[in-house]
Amino acid sequence: MTIASTTQLICFAVLSVTLVLGALGVVLLPNIVYSAFLLGGVFLSVAGLYLMLNASFVAAAQVLVYVGAVNVLILFAIMLVNKKENLAAIPGLGLRRLLSGAVCGGLFLLLIRVAFTTPWPLPGPAAVGEEATIRIGEHLFSDYLLPFELASVLLLMSMIGAIVLARRDVLSTDVITGELVDQGLIEKERTPLLLEKSPR
Amino acid sequence: METTTVASAASTIPLQAYLVLAAVLFCTGVWGLINSRNAVRVLMSIELMLNAVNINLMAFSDYLDGQLIRGQVFTIFVITVAAAEAAVGLAILLSLYRNRDTVDMERFNLLRW
Repeated sequence: MTIASTTQLICFAVLSVTLVLGALGVVLLPNIVYSAFLLGGVFLSVAGLYLMLNASFVAAAQVLVYVGAVNVLILFAIMLVNKKENLAAIPGLGLRRLLSGAVCGGLFLLLIRVAFTTPWPLPGPAAVGEEATIRIGEHLFSDYLLPFELASVLLLMSMIGAIVLARRDVLSTDVITGELVDQGLIEKERTPLLLEKSPR
Repeated sequence: METTTVASAASTIPLQAYLVLAAVLFCTGVWGLINSRNAVRVLMSIELMLNAVNINLMAFSDYLDGQLIRGQVFTIFVITVAAAEAAVGLAILLSLYRNRDTVDMERFNLLRW
């Protein structure tokens, strides 16, 4: 069973419009909360594209990990650091935007040229379709076993690292003696950053 | 074997459409990475770029490597690393915010020559 080509075209058009507009909104909107929600929309439309590319497992992983975890994490970070801030004007900001826009446009043209001039060996072998999940499982437990295990180590490391970095008291107390130390590494604008040692 | 498949060989959507879409997403992400003043938005731009790369991997996996689908496995790994990156990046951001009381990228200049 294949999806009719018109349906396929309509789906692709809708998903790409959502994707591009959402990405522009993430970058350009002044309110960061709107940006975060639009980022969720971008992740969802990318998951839709994965579904069109016969990859139901990766689409589900995208929704679970990106929309469910990363986006929520970003929203929490916004809530924690959201402070009305009057950004100081920088001389030459408009020029910088124009220049970086030109650089990005050039990069875009380069990528387009590569995409259209490379002789892709099409049509490739037939897609496996719904068996993709089985194939991924076989890959993960045979030829990609070492990266798979390393990924679990990486996740553990990043979890511990995130906890250590985001905790308040670890960085300001000596690990061995437990006394408060002023590290003096970072120039501080206000002093009461050294907190009381929290009761354990 | 009869499976539900979006027929990629006879697909109405060419491979290049996905590549162009990913290129747009990537360039938007690069522009946002350079020009954002808010550190959280910088992290969001990085996520956009990672997603653009993932779209490329998935498109190649479906159109050129339909039997082995190594691109999908790579995408799984990229998603894993992106999740770890987001967690550590936001923790660093929180720590910076506590010390400098701002999220303005232009004021994180302690190590700047």
